[in-house]
Amino acid sequence: MTARRPILGVAALSAAALVLAACGGGDGDAAAEDTAAAGGDTAATEDAAGGEETAAAGGAGDFAEGTTMAELAEAGTIRVGTKFDQPLFGLANLEGTPEGFDVEIAKIIAEGLGISEDNIEWTETPSAIREEVLETDQVDMVVATYTINDERRERITFAGPYYEAGQTLMVRAGEESEITGPDSLSDESIRVCSVEGSTPSENIREYLASDDQLTLFGTYGECVDSLRNNQVDVVTTDNVILLGFVSESPEEFAIAGETFTEEPYGVGIEKGDVEFCEFINETLAAAEEAGTYVEAWNSTAGAIEGSEEPVLPEPDPCS
Amino acid sequence: MDILVDNFDLFVAGFFRSLEIIAYTLVGCLVLGSLLAMMRVSPVPPLQRFASGYVGIVRNSPLTVMLFVTAFVLPELGFNAPFFWLGVLGLTLYTAGFVCEAVRSGINSVPPGQAEAARSVGLTFGQTLGEVVMPQALRSVVPPLGSVIIAMMKNSAVVGVFGVGGDLLSVGTRLTSAQGFAITWVLIGVWLGYLAITLPTGALLAAIERKVAIVR
Repeated sequence: MTARRPILGVAALSAAALVLAACGGGDGDAAAEDTAAAGGDTAATEDAAGGEETAAAGGAGDFAEGTTMAELAEAGTIRVGTKFDQPLFGLANLEGTPEGFDVEIAKIIAEGLGISEDNIEWTETPSAIREEVLETDQVDMVVATYTINDERRERITFAGPYYEAGQTLMVRAGEESEITGPDSLSDESIRVCSVEGSTPSENIREYLASDDQLTLFGTYGECVDSLRNNQVDVVTTDNVILLGFVSESPEEFAIAGETFTEEPYGVGIEKGDVEFCEFINETLAAAEEAGTYVEAWNSTAGAIEGSEEPVLPEPDPCS
Repeated sequence: MDILVDNFDLFVAGFFRSLEIIAYTLVGCLVLGSLLAMMRVSPVPPLQRFASGYVGIVRNSPLTVMLFVTAFVLPELGFNAPFFWLGVLGLTLYTAGFVCEAVRSGINSVPPGQAEAARSVGLTFGQTLGEVVMPQALRSVVPPLGSVIIAMMKNSAVVGVFGVGGDLLSVGTRLTSAQGFAITWVLIGVWLGYLAITLPTGALLAAIERKVAIVR
C-alpha cells in the first residue's frame, strides 16, 4: 500500500483505498463463514496439523485457506504489538528491538507460523491503545502483559493465558514489617503509586480509604523514583515487574506480603478469530512440551532472583 | 454513549479536580506574572534582569520539562510536597512567564506621556505604576491575558499526568486503558469537560473586554 502511493494519482488512491477496504471486509466475512461452515471436525484436523508443525518447528504449514494463519504464513511476516517500557516482558533495547518474555512468546507463535523472528514487525502498544490497534488492524496480535478480563473480551479475543501473574506491593526496604499486604493500606496516610490506566491501579482502589492516596504515573519507573524520594510509600503492580525493581536495588526496596490477585496474561487478537486463537493455544502447548516455553522464561523474567518457573496455564475457551 | 451516562460521576469528579488545579494556578500565575511584569518595567536593573531572564527561560522551555523538574527534581533536592502542589507549582511558574509578557504589553500600550505626567506631578514609581499606568494597562491586557489563561486551563491536562491524578484526562485514561472502554465516547466526554471550563471563560473574558475596553 505504502509502496504504491507515489505511483497512484490522488483520485486513484482514494478509489483504491475504497476497493481495498471493501476487499478486506469481504475476506473477513468469508473467513467467518468458512469457520461456521467447516464445523468442528475440520477445525480439529487443522489444529492437529498446526500443532505438529510447531513441534517440528517447521516452515509454513498447510493452513486452511482464508484463515489468519494461512494469510500470515503466506505473507511471511507478522505484526506484533508489545510494550517497549516493561522490564522483563517487553523492553526496547538500545537498537529499538524489544526484549522480554512477551517478546519470546510472540516469537514462539511466529515460529509456529513459519515466520522467523527477523520477519516480525514490532509495534509499541502501551496499555491505552491495545484494543485500538487490534480493532483498526494495525497489528495481527498483541502480547503486552495483557490481563484477560471481560470488558476487554467484548472488543477483542484472547488466546492463552500464557502466564499467570499476581499483584503485590513493593515498599522501601525495612518497611515491609509495617505494610504487610493490601489490608494495611486502609490507613489514609499511606500513599500508593501505580501506573495510569493499568489493571493493578484499578484493583488497589478497593483497599484504599480514599482515592487521594493513589498517585498515578505513565510508567513504573516514575513510581520507583517517588518511592525513593519518600513521596509515596508503596508501589503496586504485578509481582514479576516489582521483582525486577527489587533485584536491581535490594538495599532500597522490598516486596511486602503475598500476591493478592490473579492476572492471567493473554495474547490479544482480532475479535472472533477463533481459529487463530486455537492455533496460538496449541502452539503454546507444544512449546511447553518442547521446553521452549520454560526456556523463554529463563532467558528473560526467570533471570530475576525470586521468580518461579511458570507452568503454562490451562487455556481459556476461544470465543 | 452509555459510557458517559454510566460513569457520569467519574467525569464530574474529574471535572472538579481539573477545576481545582486551574483555580490555584490562576491565582498564583496572575500574582506572580504581574509581579514579574512590574519588575521588568521597574527602574531597578537587577530586578529587570531577573524578570527578563525568568521570562526568557520559561517561554523557551516545554511545559513537560518544567513539570518534570517540579515533580521529580525538586524532591530530589529536598523540596518535598504532595504531587498535587508540585504540579500546580510547575504550571504556575510556567504560566507566570506568559502572564508577565501579556501584562507588560499592556503597560507598553499606555502612552509614555502618562507616566511622564505622573512623575512630573511628583508621584513615586509605585504610585505612577499603581495609580496611573496599571489601571489603564490592565484594561487593554484582557484579550492577550485571556488567551494565556485559556491556554493554562488546557495545560492543566498535562499536569494531571505528573502524579496529580483524578483530573479529567486521567479519568479518560482510567476508563479506556484499565476498564477497556472504547476510546471515542470517553474522549468526547473528556473533551466536553474541558470545553465546559474554557468556553464560559472565553465568554466571561469577552464580556469583561466589552465593559472595560478603552476607546482610543
